Amino acid sequence: MKYFNLIWAALFRRKTRTLFTLLSVMAAFLLFGLLNSVREAFSSAGHSVAGASRLITISKVSFTMELPQSLYMRIQSVPGVGKATYANWFGGVYQDPKNFFANEAVPPGFFDVYTDFELPTAARHAFATTRTGAVVGASLAKRFHWKIGDKIPLQATIFPQKDGSNTWTFDLVGIYHIANPRERQQEDALFFNWKYFDEARQFGNGKVGWYITKVAQPKDADRVAQAIDAMSANSDHETKTQSEDAFQAAFVSQFADIGLIVGSIMGAVFFTLVLLTGNTMAQAVRERVPELAILKTIGFSNRSVLLLVLAESVLLLAIGGAVGLALAELAVSVIRTQIGAQIPMVPVGLTIWLQGLALMAFIGLLVGVLPARRGMRLRIVDALAGR
Amino acid sequence: MRKFGIVLAIVAAAIVPVIALVTLPAWAILVGIALLGAWLALTRTGRQAWSATAVGIATIPQRLGSSSVVVVGIAGVVGVLIALLAMAEGFRSTLQQTGSDDTAIVLRAGSQTEINSVVDSDTIHVVAEEPQVMRDARGRQIASPEIVVDASIPKKGSTLDTNVEIRGVGEQVWELHPRLRIIAGRRFTPGLRELIVGKNAAREFANTSIGSKLELNGEPWIVVGEFDSGDAHDSELWADTNVVATTYHRGNSTSSVTVRLTSARLFDAFKAAITSNPQLKLQVQTTSTYYNAQSEGLTKIIRILGTTVAVIMAIGAIFGALNTMYAAIATRTREIATLRAIGFRGVPVVVSVLIETLLLAILGGAVGAGIAWALFDNYTASTLGANFSQVVFEFRVTPALLAAGLKWALAIGFLGGLFPALRAARMPVTDGLREL
Repeated sequence: MKYFNLIWAALFRRKTRTLFTLLSVMAAFLLFGLLNSVREAFSSAGHSVAGASRLITISKVSFTMELPQSLYMRIQSVPGVGKATYANWFGGVYQDPKNFFANEAVPPGFFDVYTDFELPTAARHAFATTRTGAVVGASLAKRFHWKIGDKIPLQATIFPQKDGSNTWTFDLVGIYHIANPRERQQEDALFFNWKYFDEARQFGNGKVGWYITKVAQPKDADRVAQAIDAMSANSDHETKTQSEDAFQAAFVSQFADIGLIVGSIMGAVFFTLVLLTGNTMAQAVRERVPELAILKTIGFSNRSVLLLVLAESVLLLAIGGAVGLALAELAVSVIRTQIGAQIPMVPVGLTIWLQGLALMAFIGLLVGVLPARRGMRLRIVDALAGR
Repeated sequence: MRKFGIVLAIVAAAIVPVIALVTLPAWAILVGIALLGAWLALTRTGRQAWSATAVGIATIPQRLGSSSVVVVGIAGVVGVLIALLAMAEGFRSTLQQTGSDDTAIVLRAGSQTEINSVVDSDTIHVVAEEPQVMRDARGRQIASPEIVVDASIPKKGSTLDTNVEIRGVGEQVWELHPRLRIIAGRRFTPGLRELIVGKNAAREFANTSIGSKLELNGEPWIVVGEFDSGDAHDSELWADTNVVATTYHRGNSTSSVTVRLTSARLFDAFKAAITSNPQLKLQVQTTSTYYNAQSEGLTKIIRILGTTVAVIMAIGAIFGALNTMYAAIATRTREIATLRAIGFRGVPVVVSVLIETLLLAILGGAVGAGIAWALFDNYTASTLGANFSQVVFEFRVTPALLAAGLKWALAIGFLGGLFPALRAARMPVTDGLREL
């Protein structure tokens, strides 16, 4: 630590060059933070804490096929099932298809299974007793400036009402919050009363889209899933039950291989970054050869010189990288509040910071090692003579 | 403070040519390059600039490491930009080719996509009877009532189920897709549980080759042929619509009706006839409108993503180029001072440094574009389309994208070379000559 001033002075010996290099490093780590935030949002869709103890039961044919509602009682009687509920995808459009958000018909018991959706008791009661009641997530309410008591009209894309009308109007009776910031994208959804939905829709009555089961003991999940599927084996509505995590991971993987895309971009970014910072460090050491020789003359060991140069290079990466990641953190929080769930992103948290710091140290050492060895190996006599 | 003001003024002035570089069409840039060449060859200042450039370029091998920073930095930007835009372009053009202006698709009003739509059998007949619908040689209307359902089939080499679109089609469907060819096996036999598979589906999904047996909604089906339609239908499996309706308990209703019109100009009349009928609650679109709309959202997202990533990478590349070119003129201080001392003016010096940077940038752009083209042209990917089913498409590295990549390279090179060029020209000659 006592050499910090020395390293600092060496780093800013050429202010412009160091500044430009820092800005390049910053740009690379800004991108690293942003892309990782997107990647984690997609991969964490399959790794939530609550999602591990919930099972999703869909039609074995395809999740776009519906299942009979009569299964509900039978699923609840399966040993090991804590609470069960169900939902129908409604796919309604608010004003413009561009305003996309999830909207589903669910029974009041839905919130006993999704306990991570924090809905005040009064609102839960109102949802259970209001025929046309609906609840929305806090961030969705914010996006459209909705408040409790508002009427929300949705245009049906799948389910017209009995009279053929496509307009469904709901009364907003509650707003739920999700405490975990990583799962807050689930606040961009609207849930309304299944009973009203089933009575008023033109077709498909008595069928539900999928069942969600909370198992009493997470270790029983596999056994319960098999028991649920066994009930419908060889019927005309065979089911497929899997954990919510597995279901979401499979769904996300159908969109795109986000990991591959992000990985390829990052590969290109860091390949150029290594070359760029490596060049800077090589230049920095090349023009300082006489100075390094003087350090050696006054008693610095070869090892100290090696470490000084390595430290300089790691410091270069660490400063630029930290600023870049801090900017990414800021940018992600701005994007999340402004755009909402359109682009799934998680906040730049501890994981991304740790990955980033490790990467900074690794690249710093990688690009520093050749110049540092050069500094370590130079012979005082030759270096001072300018040979 | 004054220095900062000057830098700001130069940046502001540099914005104009950069915007010009990015927005001008390729031919305008080629004309610009030709004019520059003429200037270099014909005028006295130009010839001075050219000889100064030649000296600079001749010394590049001595600065190979640092010059490669410009080339690789810009290659990275251009490669990523082209690859991402090629993905958007591939998806867009696949869906665009699927539709045409003289075929129309009829869905239930408000349903947006076929998977959400239900059309009953009476409606099908009313739609097909419209006078604008073309008739074949035997006088039958060219109309195909179609059912879209999803089946869960894993991709090859995977155990995760993906949604694959099964499309039940009417007898007249072949008249609606004149480009479609059966490339192996035969057509399905109406009335039997037989499927034909699109060539992309056959390549991507497990158990879909000719002779494969598939279980759809509990019933056994067999794949008897493979077709190539050159569009999004290549991701689907087709069968007789009536048999699909039976298997999926759909009664007499279908998802949609697609018809061929006698002429694209009659679409408005056809649409008016259907939407003005109070008994029908339907929406009518040309298939080209319908399929183009499906690509809009995703194409836009990929384009925004690609541009954002490329802009951030470009910022890094500009600073890398600045460093390289400042270092380049620093090592050439004596040469440049000598040139000035023997009578070269400022302009040729500025131009020579700029041209050198632009040449490195173009080289980088070409490398990046070449890599993107080699790796990603015709690269196959798939995503979830409007019917909740997989749409297989190929990345398209088009000439327009290559040109756009090179324009980005020029813009980055220009910004990265301008300041070092100005410094080279303003360097005091006497100091420069004294430099060791």
